[in-house]
Amino acid sequence: MISQLFILSSKGDHLIYKDFRGEAGIDVVSVFYEKVTALPGDQPPVVMSHKDLHYVHIRQGGLYWVATTTQDSSPFTIIEFLNRLAALVKDYCGSLSEKSVQMNFALIYELLDEVVDYGYVQTTSSDVLKNFIQTEAVSSKPFSLFDLSNVGLFGAETQQSKVAPSSAATRPIQSSREQGGKSQIFVDVIERLSVVIGSNGVVMKADVEGEIRVKCYMPSCSEMRIGLNEEFSIGKSQLRGYGAAVRVDECSFHQAVRLDEFDNHRILRLCPSQGEQTVMQYQLSDDLPTPPPFRLFPTIERDNGGRLLIYLKLRCDLPPKSFSQELSSPEQSCELKPQNRSVVWTVPRCTGGTQLSAVFKLEVPGLSSASMLEVGPVGLTFELPKVTATGLQIRFLRLSPVQPGPSQRWVRYVTHSDSYIVRI
Amino acid sequence: MPYLGSEDTVRELRRALTNPNVQSDLLRYRNTILKVIRAMSQGVDVSSLFSEMVKACATVDVVQKKLVYVFLCSYATLNPELSLLVINTLRKDCQDPNPMVRSLALRNMTNLRLPSLVEYVEQPLTAGLRDRAACVRRVAVLGWAKLYNLQTHSDIDAAVVNELYSLLRDTDPVVMVNCLRALDEILKEEGGVAINKPIAHHLLNRLKECDIWGQCEVLRILQRYRPQSEDELFDILSLLDASLVSPHPPVMAATLSLFLSLCPALPTVTLAALERVRAPLLATCGSASREMMFAAICHIQLLLRSLPGLMGAHYKRFFCGYAEPAYIKQRKMQVLMELVNDDNVAMILDELKGYCTDVNTDTSQAAISAIGRIGRSYSDRCLEILTGLLGLKQDHITSAVVQTMRDLVWVCPQCSDTVCLAVEGCEETLQDSQGRQALLWLLGVYGERVSSAPYTLEVFIDGVRSETSLGVKMELLTATVRVLLCRPAETQDMLGRLLHYCIEEETNMSVRDQALLYYRLLHCGIEETRKVLQGRRSDPSLGVLIGRPAEPVGQWACSFNTLAPLKQVAVETESTSRGSPEHVTFDRKPNTDLSDTLNCGQDETVHSGSDPDVLPPSPVVPLSLSLSPALSPAEFERLWLQRPHVLSEQDSVKTEEEEDYLCMEERVRCPEILHCSTQSLQAAMQLVNIQMLAFTSPHKLPWRVYLYTHTQHANPADTPSSSSSSSSSSTLILGELLYSGEGNQRSAINRGPGDGDVAVKSREDEQTEGEEEAAADGPRPQGEQDEVKVTLKQQPRDGKALKAFLSILTTVLHTLSSERA
Repeated sequence: MISQLFILSSKGDHLIYKDFRGEAGIDVVSVFYEKVTALPGDQPPVVMSHKDLHYVHIRQGGLYWVATTTQDSSPFTIIEFLNRLAALVKDYCGSLSEKSVQMNFALIYELLDEVVDYGYVQTTSSDVLKNFIQTEAVSSKPFSLFDLSNVGLFGAETQQSKVAPSSAATRPIQSSREQGGKSQIFVDVIERLSVVIGSNGVVMKADVEGEIRVKCYMPSCSEMRIGLNEEFSIGKSQLRGYGAAVRVDECSFHQAVRLDEFDNHRILRLCPSQGEQTVMQYQLSDDLPTPPPFRLFPTIERDNGGRLLIYLKLRCDLPPKSFSQELSSPEQSCELKPQNRSVVWTVPRCTGGTQLSAVFKLEVPGLSSASMLEVGPVGLTFELPKVTATGLQIRFLRLSPVQPGPSQRWVRYVTHSDSYIVRI
Repeated sequence: MPYLGSEDTVRELRRALTNPNVQSDLLRYRNTILKVIRAMSQGVDVSSLFSEMVKACATVDVVQKKLVYVFLCSYATLNPELSLLVINTLRKDCQDPNPMVRSLALRNMTNLRLPSLVEYVEQPLTAGLRDRAACVRRVAVLGWAKLYNLQTHSDIDAAVVNELYSLLRDTDPVVMVNCLRALDEILKEEGGVAINKPIAHHLLNRLKECDIWGQCEVLRILQRYRPQSEDELFDILSLLDASLVSPHPPVMAATLSLFLSLCPALPTVTLAALERVRAPLLATCGSASREMMFAAICHIQLLLRSLPGLMGAHYKRFFCGYAEPAYIKQRKMQVLMELVNDDNVAMILDELKGYCTDVNTDTSQAAISAIGRIGRSYSDRCLEILTGLLGLKQDHITSAVVQTMRDLVWVCPQCSDTVCLAVEGCEETLQDSQGRQALLWLLGVYGERVSSAPYTLEVFIDGVRSETSLGVKMELLTATVRVLLCRPAETQDMLGRLLHYCIEEETNMSVRDQALLYYRLLHCGIEETRKVLQGRRSDPSLGVLIGRPAEPVGQWACSFNTLAPLKQVAVETESTSRGSPEHVTFDRKPNTDLSDTLNCGQDETVHSGSDPDVLPPSPVVPLSLSLSPALSPAEFERLWLQRPHVLSEQDSVKTEEEEDYLCMEERVRCPEILHCSTQSLQAAMQLVNIQMLAFTSPHKLPWRVYLYTHTQHANPADTPSSSSSSSSSSTLILGELLYSGEGNQRSAINRGPGDGDVAVKSREDEQTEGEEEAAADGPRPQGEQDEVKVTLKQQPRDGKALKAFLSILTTVLHTLSSERA
């Protein structure tokens, strides 16, 4: 049961405030923000209490999503609800930011009105909600040259139009109805790698958390069939097919997924509702089919001038064809962050099979031989498009019956680094 | 939030709202209203626009209606009279052919929260319950709950309650769930909605139709239901099995909660459920949402209290990611600490070592104290890491390490050598008062072993004028006096200076009083001072409590799936971190030996009813037990093995006498003692001043406990028959309690109590064994296998004291087992 719900910007501006039960005054918002700012660091605990009111909050899109509740309510339910609410807002407003929430506050109030009544969650299904939500989203899309690049010269079909622009999946779901917009469907295979590599180069831990996410912009979607690799197997013992097995330890599905063809043909059947949903989640621990994508060879020295020398050699072990891409900065850069006591080395892109080297020279006052032990670990943040660490692939994506009119189906793969640590 | 120019804004908005041109243009009117709402949510007080907004309510535009309702519901309580105007529009809307408009009107009618409007609302609500559109029924059902909470003092309308109960059979699952919610609120005083067998089964059958929020609500309500038969219970459990491994964490948690409340009497089922829930819980720990991950980790900590071995193989899932917030890292470390076993200790320590140099000082200190905690069982490896960290010469790390070492030495005296070597020279890097206090304590207690102790103290004494921390000054006084006792030549002069300063110049009363106390104490002579100041250096009783005994599930079941586990910081780690209560007192030494010797006179007789054959009537010996001087596990082991064991074990009572030593074997029938938690056993023993040195965990077979105490005659003159020499009327008693489980298995292997591995066996095995044991236990024939064998060794011999001690011990055991039974 939720007593109040509010959304605050990171600076503490009230964006949305809704009192469902009228049990506490509006000052709860300022009490919450005072509590947050009173704490050192940027990471207040998830649950805080003031008198007998309990605040549960999440951070999404740089905003605080806060619910107040009673002691005996389930934290899982409230956190899941706040996450779901953030996802809904993202679906309806296109993106999640202070600006989009501010511009669409009427829509969000309307949404909240339908989603929660008297503190009880009524429904969060976008299929149900689309009948009730009347307000249209206002999307704030800054003018960008990147969008222009996709427009073919004189309207000609260019090569580029075969690739969906990266912003294609960040638009409000509602607009598809009114504008007669493209009926598109995105199927994303997203994997999060968390790897620890010891100082001797041995992989100490390698976990993958993966999910298949469907984002649907079809006004009325019929049944969809997603075919996975034939040799996809779950658990340690089961082996399928003749090729290299694609294996996961555990796997769970959205309740709307029908699995009658899964056992034999590895086909998921579902009727996706509008907006984003996670169709399947899976985990794999410690037994990756491929070596970790990056290796790092560090050397740390102290030169005569009392400077700290860090040599880093980064090798990308992906097949040469693929490439990995970080933020699209023009070239490599390096920055010293004194408040974190860290050096950030930004590499825009790194082709598979290549090697990069860097030397960092740091003037450290009072450098001693003991300080060398303090250096490390190295954390890598990267995004690998078109790559899955488990090898999971989508064989096909079929809609039946075939949609009238133009419809586009997109399958995207991406592997993120959740936490990729190389010890020194 | 104060907002500059808010009056202007309001005036502007009013002008726009009353402008007929705006009112006639739908889009402009809507935009003006939007502006009002925006100002409202930014904190501007727009309540004065109420009457204008009431007018805006009468429109066909649904979006505008919704916006106005948002406004009205926020300010209705401030303007009850004007709100009456809205009611008409709302009631009209309740007749609208569009179900969306009907539900909207009904919802906002009840959201106005005005008791004066109740009479107008009741009729549309009653109609709403029978509406053909489900969305209207949903709203109407909850509307009754809102209405009831508005006027709690009024009587409950039985007709409404009946209607709501019948709506539990509604075709729409959300209506059903809302009925549960509404009834739960309306019938709060009667303990909420009543769940009988048909309702429970109906709810269970329809569980699949609900979405996850509905499922959670139904599962929560079902906790009230008690199945009437075991068959029914198992039917329900098997029905719920699929939800237990649901990919949605809320459903999984709610189901487990229900399992725990349904079968508190079936430990095997509970255990199976906990095992089953492991996979989904671990998956939640890898959730992309940090907050969800945090909730899962906190609940895993709860589970681990009962099943320490549950996650043992999955320890890598609790390694921290570098970008994770500090609160998650600290929880993960707490979990890692629990998961340590022989196989993974190297990996876990290596990982924790990496966190010690974390940029966040809280995280690094938590990591260091976690290593110290693991050091209780794996002291060598941990001390190596801790000593290495001192080499970094970082003040916060050094401070945390010294505090951790102090805590470690207090429970594991065998570490003292390494610690004494390590602390030399680290006073230069220590900055904070907590760390310096810890260092001073170590120097005071181990002054004779730290070669530089007096010189380090001198530095502190020279700087005492500029010292600001009260705690450091007090600790400095105590430490210097202690060092004086072992190294008088080097310390005398500086102690004089310190006392002089503290008595003459110090302004703080407690420091001055402490100094005066020591000064007078020193006047009484060095022996007296020694008696007061040199007590125990460690508390070995804490040391053997390495693995906490598994708690029964019932202890935490009620807080599962509530906010409590996310808030509380585990007590375990709190005591190892800096502000631990045992170190708040500046001098904790003279605690055991001064006042709590317990006189046990004749009135401590044995429960004669339960064991008529145990004790021959013994002569009255006024006896007092005492724990000091403390005995280290190593000494105990030496003494225990030194004495030959009883050879023939035919008689139930056997004494064997030598010149200055007495050995005795007894059998006491108290089978229930096995099921006592070790903590309560230990507490009971402590109460009568018997120290437990080592024990196996409960349910483990053979079950044994090693203990010792010192006896003292309260008035030795009265007992001339005592064969001990006149100089010492006190004796040392070593004891072993053994329960082998089988009557014929007599000869026990003597094992040293100092073994570190006594309590760190692979816990999973113990758990299952304990389980079987508990299951097999029950109507067992009361044979000799129920007896606990007590072996006592006394030195020097004093038969009467030993008998008296035995009677005390038997009393303790019987009291405990009768409590248990």
